[in-house]
Amino acid sequence: MYFVFISLIIEIIFSGGLFLNKNKILLFLANRFVRFIILLIFVIVLSFILIDMSPIDPIKTYIANKVVSPDQVAALQSYWGVNEPITVKIVNWLGNIVQGNLGNSLIFRAPVIDVILDRFVASLVLMFSSWVISGVLGFVLGIIAGFKRDTFVDKLIKYYCYILQSAPTFWIALIVLMIFSIYLGWFPSGLGVPIGSLSQNVTFFEWLNRLILPAFTLSILGVAQIALYTRDKLIGEMSKDYFLFAKARGETGWSLIKRHGIRNVLLPAITLQFLSFSELFGGAVLVEQVFTYPGIGQAAVSAGLRSDVPLLLGIVIFSAIFVFVGNTLADVIYNFVDPRLREGD
Amino acid sequence: MVDIADNKFKLNLRTKTLLTIGITVLVFVIIIINSLLIDSNNILTNFSIINQPPSFEHIFGTDWMGRDMFVRTLKGLGLSIQIGAGASILSSIIAVTLAILSSFNKYLDTAVSWIVDVFLSVPHILLIILISIGLGGGAFGVTIAVAFTHWTSLTRVLRAEIKQIQTQDFVKLSGKLGKSKWWIARKHILPLTITQIIVGTILIFPHAIMHEASVTFLGFGLSPHEPAIGIILSESMRYLATGNWWLALFPGLALLIIVLLFDIVGENIKKLLDPTNANE
Amino acid sequence: MSENLLDVYNVSISFIQYVKGLNQKNLKVISDLSLSIDEGEIVAVLGSSGSGKSLLAHAILGILPDNALLNGEMYYKGELLNPESKERLRGDDIALIPQSVNFLDPLMKISEQVIGECDSEEEEKELKAKQRKIFEKYNLGEEVDDMYPFQLSGGMARRVLVSTALLSNPKLVIADEPTPGLDEAALEETLNYLRDMANNNVGILLITHDINAALKVADKIAIFYAGYVIEIANIDDFKNNGENLLHPYTKALYHALPDVDFKLTEGHQPLRDEINDYCPYLDHCPHCVDKCDSEIPKLVKHGDKYIRCFKYTE
Repeated sequence: MYFVFISLIIEIIFSGGLFLNKNKILLFLANRFVRFIILLIFVIVLSFILIDMSPIDPIKTYIANKVVSPDQVAALQSYWGVNEPITVKIVNWLGNIVQGNLGNSLIFRAPVIDVILDRFVASLVLMFSSWVISGVLGFVLGIIAGFKRDTFVDKLIKYYCYILQSAPTFWIALIVLMIFSIYLGWFPSGLGVPIGSLSQNVTFFEWLNRLILPAFTLSILGVAQIALYTRDKLIGEMSKDYFLFAKARGETGWSLIKRHGIRNVLLPAITLQFLSFSELFGGAVLVEQVFTYPGIGQAAVSAGLRSDVPLLLGIVIFSAIFVFVGNTLADVIYNFVDPRLREGD
Repeated sequence: MVDIADNKFKLNLRTKTLLTIGITVLVFVIIIINSLLIDSNNILTNFSIINQPPSFEHIFGTDWMGRDMFVRTLKGLGLSIQIGAGASILSSIIAVTLAILSSFNKYLDTAVSWIVDVFLSVPHILLIILISIGLGGGAFGVTIAVAFTHWTSLTRVLRAEIKQIQTQDFVKLSGKLGKSKWWIARKHILPLTITQIIVGTILIFPHAIMHEASVTFLGFGLSPHEPAIGIILSESMRYLATGNWWLALFPGLALLIIVLLFDIVGENIKKLLDPTNANE
Repeated sequence: MSENLLDVYNVSISFIQYVKGLNQKNLKVISDLSLSIDEGEIVAVLGSSGSGKSLLAHAILGILPDNALLNGEMYYKGELLNPESKERLRGDDIALIPQSVNFLDPLMKISEQVIGECDSEEEEKELKAKQRKIFEKYNLGEEVDDMYPFQLSGGMARRVLVSTALLSNPKLVIADEPTPGLDEAALEETLNYLRDMANNNVGILLITHDINAALKVADKIAIFYAGYVIEIANIDDFKNNGENLLHPYTKALYHALPDVDFKLTEGHQPLRDEINDYCPYLDHCPHCVDKCDSEIPKLVKHGDKYIRCFKYTE
């Protein structure tokens, strides 16, 4: 199965002397990037206004947590532009961001950028592993369900997907935690790194041990969307004329699916999987919270609950970049890898 | 014309849809009535029956204060449904307004596309947290937050639909006769898109419920003394280590069933309205 | 029962559809169709576009959609066609020439597609050589092998589609609307391919709505009207002012030809579910008898041809 995927991807990308048009892609990416920067400014302004509306006072929060000198308060006030109109505050803050200064996290007592990088790496490992597992598993299940349409196997897969799609992520995480950590005792439960400390002092094995359950939870949840999509897409392709003709030429059963089905469903499915970065992040936030996994999601929740405004805003920016990367990759695949589209104009 | 005898007992899509709608409405009504009848102060704390596993008397078990989990779950579901309904209706209103605005001229259309892009560029859950914080949390904050993050797909559907309607002759004629854009929107576009709007609202609803529960679970939604599902589940985490599995299992399962029912109803109605599926 | 290359007896195809509310009903697309094809013979099934005659091709090949109901019997060289034998024969003894490039996998290269599925590398090499030879014959250069379907021109696509049928040395070829929207020269070219095959003793079922194409190449023409074959005429019957044609509809068709009288037929073909238990041509027929409005006539032999009309049953 793996072999079929990989050989097909390679064949579709490199076949027949056709190659990706580099200049066209670069132009496309530049265009996307400019749009994204403008979009990001919108997002930052919007988030800033929302935070500004809220009863949260970042300076009070800061002072409440720690003894601070008047100098530090003054520095903080000038950073936030307290007592200035909101327009000035926003311009100030945007200026700081452009200079790469995201401020200091109030709860981690460290520069926001350091906290985010540290946490994001942990989350990326979690998200990437479950993204790959759910993608491959979902695709395989979808192909099986579509191939065995209306049989018992198809129904089983379909109902599994419907139920998981309707299941709250955090509840599934709780159930997984109960079964594997508490009932079976296979994994540690709720013994995460205390909030506020960086994860550097955790050994690799401890960390891997804590990765398995969250990754498992995100994987079994992520399967649903891609499996249902692949199933419907395959059934759609199977009703097309070229499938009928392949049948008329004596191709049957699994080889028909392998030769024509997977070939035509694979690209759209991969595209969809790249478009799911936003949900993936959302899932990670909830799962990290339940399993106290020291990732970016958990940091976001702590930042929100404990009014760590600079960290929260920083995470918003990085999550937007993350989603942008996914969407752009999906667009590149969609527009440049499919031979029908990459040849056109 | 031949009737097919074999198919008599096999439910077709229309019958199935009617059946699920019936069941869903029934469940919905029961939960609403119950949650209105139950006064949250009346959920008895009874310390002689704390932490009891499910039994015939307390089918969902009891919590650490001896409260019946079934009653708490019902009450919580009622609350979730109210917030979900409020949020999805508000969401549809936003979607309809923006879709109609986008039909007025090119600039508004671009603006609406931009707003859609902005709202899709940050993961939903973060955006909900941000808006909820901005509005000071609580039922109001979380309802608005959920409403403002779920309108994008319906807006896109309606925008495409309206574009198609606008190319039709009777709409062009109205425009030439000097009818205002609002008049056209009210008299032509709304009636033709009303089924889409209703289906869209029904499809937003399960997501709205789920997101409300998630955000409440994380601590940004309803306040901890409200009997919401998110709160119940977040409290349950403290008792999981002692083996009180029923505290987490049943309330979550109940939420799942509600979400599933509405998803099925929405999807089936959508399928029925789609002519390519009409004969299944 | 005479034994031809292909014999089709009383085939009906219907679909399940919704009517009002929660009821479903059967929609008959092809009713009581019988015909036969001999080796080297071209039989055209002529009917208006969208009338469902393609389903006959799908029925012979066993690739009807799941919600279709098939009744009647079909024999290939005297062997009853059932799902198993169809699966064995299709793509081998029986080949289909589809109507457009949409019938090729959009993401598969032409050569790989024409060769089809191979069990071993030797087989692949052998078929590849054969494919090359057929392509040479049809004037398709090496560069075509590595193209994707969307890169083919209209003419190339047509020749590729015809080539797919030749790879397996079929005895029976079903050409499903191979000529829509072709200009005179392209039409001529396509029909020549068919004629060529027939000269090599291949039986051909040509499904078409183009009476000109049918007249140019077919030996026999089965006229398809409102789901029924109402007459199977020999090609010679369409000469001499059509005096040997039997059915009034066939005559009307003939007289509507531009180079005959260009006389338009009036009225519409009844919708498929309108016909219940009377002759499908009742409304337009100039010589009805009593029975015509209470019974559907059967397709009967009349001399060396077949006709569905009470006028010829007595």
